[in-house]
Amino acid sequence: MSKEENTANRPDNTAFTQQRLPAWQPMLSAGIVIPGFVIIGVAFIGIGVALFVTSQNIQVLEKDYTGIETNSSCFKCTNPRVKNCNCTINFSLDKLFEGPVFVYYGLSNYFQNYRKYGASKDAAQLTGDLAYFTEPSTSCVPYQRDAKNKPIVPCGSIANSMFNDTFKLFQIVNSGNVAVPLDGKGIAWWTDYNIKYRNPTTNPLKNAFNDTVKPIFWPRPAYELDTTNAANNGFINQDFLVWMRRSALPNFRKLYRRITEGEYAKGLPAGDYALVIGYNYPVKAFDGRKKVVFSNVSWMGGKNQFLGIAYLVIGSLCVVMSIVMLIVYAKFKFPDEE
Amino acid sequence: MVLTWLLPGPQTNGIKTSKYNFFTFLPLNLFEQFQRIANVYFLFLLLLQVPPQNTRTTTSSGVSLSSVWESITDTAVRRVTDTWLPFKLGHFGKVTGCLLSFQADLLLLSSSEPLNLVYIETAELDGSVCVYSGCVCCEPPNNRLDHFTGTLLFGDHKFSLDNGKVLLRGCTLRNTHWCYGLVLFGGPDTKLMQNCGKNSFKRTSIDRLMNVLVLCIFGVLALMCAILAVGNYLWEINKGYQFNIFLPREDDSGGASLSAFLTFWSYVIILNTVVPISLYVSVEIIRLGNSFYIDWDRKMYDARSDTPAEARTTTLNEELGQIKYIFSDKTGTLTQNIMTFNKCTINGKTYGERELDEFKLNSWDVVDFSFNPLADPKFSFYDHSLVEAVKLGIPEVQGFFRLLALCHTVMAEEKSKDQLAYQAQSPDEGALVTAARNFGFVFRSRTPESITIMEMGKQQRYELLAILDFDNVRKRMSVIVRSPEGKVSLYCKGADSVIFERLNPSCRKLMEVTTEHLNEFAGDGLRTLALAYKDVDEDFFSRWKQQHHKASTALENREAQLDQLFEEIETDLLLLGATAIEDKLQDGVPQTIEQLAKADIKIWVLTGDKQETAENIGYSCNLLREEMNDVFIVSGNTPEEVKQQLSPVYDPVHPIIPQAYALEEAMELEFLWTACMCQAVICCRVTPLQKAQVVELVKKYKKAVTLAIGDGANDVSMIKAAHIGVGISGQEGMQAVSSSDYSFAQFRFLQRLLLVHGRWSYLRMCKFLRYFFYKNFTFTFVHFWFAFFCGFSAQTVYDEWFITLYNLVYTALPVLGLSLFDQDVNDAWSFQHPQLYVPGQLNLYFSKMAFFKCALHSGFSSLVLFFIPYAAMSDSMRQDGKDLGDYQSFAVVTQTCLLFTVCIQLSLEMSYWTAVNTLFIVGSLLLYFGVTFTMYSNGLFRLFPSAFSFIGTARNTLNQSNVWLTILLTSILCVLPVLTYRFLTILLWPTINDKVMFKARQAKAAPPPPSKRTRIRRGSSRRSGYAFSHAQGYGELVTSRRFLRRPAVSHSSHFTPMKSTSSFIPMGRSAGYSPTDGPHNAKAQGVEGTSLQMYRIIQDQTL
Repeated sequence: MSKEENTANRPDNTAFTQQRLPAWQPMLSAGIVIPGFVIIGVAFIGIGVALFVTSQNIQVLEKDYTGIETNSSCFKCTNPRVKNCNCTINFSLDKLFEGPVFVYYGLSNYFQNYRKYGASKDAAQLTGDLAYFTEPSTSCVPYQRDAKNKPIVPCGSIANSMFNDTFKLFQIVNSGNVAVPLDGKGIAWWTDYNIKYRNPTTNPLKNAFNDTVKPIFWPRPAYELDTTNAANNGFINQDFLVWMRRSALPNFRKLYRRITEGEYAKGLPAGDYALVIGYNYPVKAFDGRKKVVFSNVSWMGGKNQFLGIAYLVIGSLCVVMSIVMLIVYAKFKFPDEE
Repeated sequence: MVLTWLLPGPQTNGIKTSKYNFFTFLPLNLFEQFQRIANVYFLFLLLLQVPPQNTRTTTSSGVSLSSVWESITDTAVRRVTDTWLPFKLGHFGKVTGCLLSFQADLLLLSSSEPLNLVYIETAELDGSVCVYSGCVCCEPPNNRLDHFTGTLLFGDHKFSLDNGKVLLRGCTLRNTHWCYGLVLFGGPDTKLMQNCGKNSFKRTSIDRLMNVLVLCIFGVLALMCAILAVGNYLWEINKGYQFNIFLPREDDSGGASLSAFLTFWSYVIILNTVVPISLYVSVEIIRLGNSFYIDWDRKMYDARSDTPAEARTTTLNEELGQIKYIFSDKTGTLTQNIMTFNKCTINGKTYGERELDEFKLNSWDVVDFSFNPLADPKFSFYDHSLVEAVKLGIPEVQGFFRLLALCHTVMAEEKSKDQLAYQAQSPDEGALVTAARNFGFVFRSRTPESITIMEMGKQQRYELLAILDFDNVRKRMSVIVRSPEGKVSLYCKGADSVIFERLNPSCRKLMEVTTEHLNEFAGDGLRTLALAYKDVDEDFFSRWKQQHHKASTALENREAQLDQLFEEIETDLLLLGATAIEDKLQDGVPQTIEQLAKADIKIWVLTGDKQETAENIGYSCNLLREEMNDVFIVSGNTPEEVKQQLSPVYDPVHPIIPQAYALEEAMELEFLWTACMCQAVICCRVTPLQKAQVVELVKKYKKAVTLAIGDGANDVSMIKAAHIGVGISGQEGMQAVSSSDYSFAQFRFLQRLLLVHGRWSYLRMCKFLRYFFYKNFTFTFVHFWFAFFCGFSAQTVYDEWFITLYNLVYTALPVLGLSLFDQDVNDAWSFQHPQLYVPGQLNLYFSKMAFFKCALHSGFSSLVLFFIPYAAMSDSMRQDGKDLGDYQSFAVVTQTCLLFTVCIQLSLEMSYWTAVNTLFIVGSLLLYFGVTFTMYSNGLFRLFPSAFSFIGTARNTLNQSNVWLTILLTSILCVLPVLTYRFLTILLWPTINDKVMFKARQAKAAPPPPSKRTRIRRGSSRRSGYAFSHAQGYGELVTSRRFLRRPAVSHSSHFTPMKSTSSFIPMGRSAGYSPTDGPHNAKAQGVEGTSLQMYRIIQDQTL
């Protein structure tokens, strides 16, 4: 009893309080580091080779159609006064462009990542909440209301600046031009289409937009974005969704269509093609470039030389470093005695 | 904190030791908080985020967080431990009860003792006493303990009051039942409190460095923001304005300039994550955690007093790993203040050697004193031959003890039959008289004219003819007594050198043998006294007596005449032998000092003791070593003298120079310069305030981290002055402990506190800071790179939720795990290699350079973190053909890369992987994915559409093989250079840590070989100090005519004996009694009190 009393203040003897927790105490020893570098190096070289070869096999066709050069067919459309301008770009494939082929439009020098641009939308409005149709968020300013103080739906810079060039692809065969069917379904994220963007439940959709005006740059209101497919309208229009997913970098491409139907499902056969462009979107003012891109994909996604090369370089560096370390280690072996 | 609710003003006696009171809390606390520059910054950021223009929502919640934290810990830790009597100025107070401390400075009026003597135990000063009453005029409160002037007006009489008549706060009433006193100073005006130094707000050097760094960071931040603002300006002019159709902006007012201005502030907010509040919160948590380790450490728990170590301040831990100077008190800290009669040499034969019994290794064979009913049961001796010799009646041996029983100034008190208590003026004397008592020569009582002793059971009364008192010059004391048989003898004890000069030539042979023995004793660090006697011729004595009487009443030159007379009679002595007294050290002191010296910590002993005592202890506790020959003492009393004595120090060949020194401003630097070249310094006869001055001096000029350790009220000032104050707890008196930052019961725990806890704390804190800055810089710099691609528009790279949770959730626990559990090598190895402590003193783990490296590393990592995802994702597609390069995907990829990178980096930092660490790291990563998927889920979006706009991003991005390949590439690329650099550094320029770690890992499970704890034994070339530690003047006191005879058994019925023991208990400081008239005391003070003596040792050439 007295003994207990005498040691009432004695601290507990636990591994934690006495800082004796069992632990693994690794050290950067040659036995770990050098083989580690070799393993990383070899693995990286392996990944790099796989990536590089895969990337080489992906076919990409890029066509700039901005129309800067006076001799290009789209030059005439760069004049902002010309309305409903169409221009055609011809190209030929000397071998099969394997399917499925994806068609992208690309913009450069375009700052979708500008903070105020990105903030210029009303997330609640885009979920189809009618309350925000009449009262769009102030974040949309200056595209919150038009000159007559009518609410703009969808409001904001992003929506207002929606890309509105159109593309039609024809294969030129002896018998004339054969339209290549471009499939615009499912080009946006499933979550965007089903969750993030919702149309109001109003039927018909048009009524929801009463007392609102279309974005200033838009030729047609949101409920008439797709004249061919009534379901593809409003905020869940696929092109609108793709545009609203703003890009991280000033040069970007966005999916426009997929070529998945009919005989072109397996790809674009060799031959001559004509791309007819409905040229509406002005980019000349800010030195922008527009292009159209045809590409197919692999397990690693689209063509990207960088990853493969980077893996190869870093893998090789690892191997080289491991050799250097081995030499240094052999020369300056860690002193066994102090 | 406890709010002491007291009226201000000099009347009250309360002493406030808490930091704030109710009213001062806010202003004082704010002031202290804003000493931390970061807090100003946080406040500024908070204000910056108020205007809606800057719409960043980064959370910086409240400047007061760390303030609140500190006040909480302050509340918890600093308790007011002072109990105080309701003394008020001008009141008469009666102090009753034993061991009661005075709580105010009193003018002594009367006491229970005859002659109005008061026995006091002085906490830090020499004694003081007096009588009288009336009207007192005195000096204003000041801090000079050894000085008091005042006058007492009593009727028409005017008396001068001096130091000897005042009882100071902090002294304890001993062996006196009561006394009356007039309160002169109360509360904070008392001399003790005036001596305590001021409470300062302690900050660690890391804190101060952080202040500088934070300022630098602000500079860099401002620079970065300025660059980005200029960038924004240029961008707006060249591109933005062209892009106006799609990106309209309010260019009607100010245009690009306004935009640049706003951008600047937006980036200030975005980039402020370089110094987040969580840094300071984490720092405090780490310190708290490491403080708990100190509280919990069983190896710093003293079982005898049941006292665990206590970290009373939780904000100074890492400083424990950087101590360069230790200032230690002596008594009670290094020594137990217990003197034991350890050995003796009588007539050429030594006694007291402990024979190592082969059969009983653990238990010494203690001599049985049961033959003597008056023996002190606490006394132990191990040599049976001595007691045999006494019993056999060998005359030299008996004479030896008779001398010890007669020649002293001890007072005896017989409380009941066979219950003797000695009041010794110095513990040495007490030990000697107690030894004689046990060996059968019991000193029972004294009157001014006689001394009664029991000689082997037979009561004998010696007539006390004269006491030739001790003083510092004479270094000896003698008594002349007439034995019951009528023989007049002189008994003398003193320093061997002094005694040997006065021996009869016939003793030459014995003297040589004794000298040899004395050297041996000195080698063991014992304090010695030589004993001699002579029989005095009756005629000669009566003549001498007359002369003595004449001299002692002479008006002129009395001192000199007396000295001359003493010299005359103290000749032709016959040597009896010598005693050796051990000033018992605390356990493990020499080993601790040796260890600390190996860790390159300079130890200075600051003591109020005399030079001889201090020097002796210096040797016995291994502070001074035999190889440090040439102990050089400087003891000048005037500036010129000291200066002259200091000058030879400039010759660096001389290895050791102790010195005495008056701390005058003109010589501060000279003193410091010389003292700091030494390995050890001992300052003696220093007042509490001088202790603090020495500490301040080192702090001021050496820029080194100092630690002061002490146990008594006299150490409070230096404990407060030093960076770290350590109090020895578990004893009486809590003054030192209550003003200390750390407390424990034994001096030897200091090595564990520093070499283990301090080192780990420092290591952990530095690792933490390095890593924390790295992770936040990396995190933040990515924004900077991104700015060049987003039109400098203050667009963040990451999701804002991620920004909020990054410091708070995702990276908080792993780094805390690192800084609470990490240890490079365990405690045993830390002790084995005290050199591991040195990097801390040199600030090697975290300095401006280390910080700069950190920033560079972050710069590299952030470049990788931005540009690899950039290159991998630009113009890239997903497996289903959708484009990959959208902002949200980019954000998710970058933040995932970042988190992997910092986790791997953390793993590299960690040298001690416990299960907890693994759990924290893996858990944090899992948590990140869990939280991310949850926050980007459909459900949350439906609830708060605008708050969770990243819906689906995680799902859609993290299912891509090229995204994972990007993450892998980025994380590995961030780490590879570090790995290479570290590996090559360890190989090519291994630090002491690397070496010891390597050794430890090699030895793996095997613990390090226990360090050899050999008994430190010095050579014998040096003679230790003689065992007199008391002041002169007591001889006169005990023979004073005014000294009344005390009954042999007194007041036993109503007297509660102190500690109810019959023996002499040398507890606390020297238990002293003071003479009623002060001149002796004053003289001693005048000679020595004002000068500060010190010993110092220049760095040994071999070290």
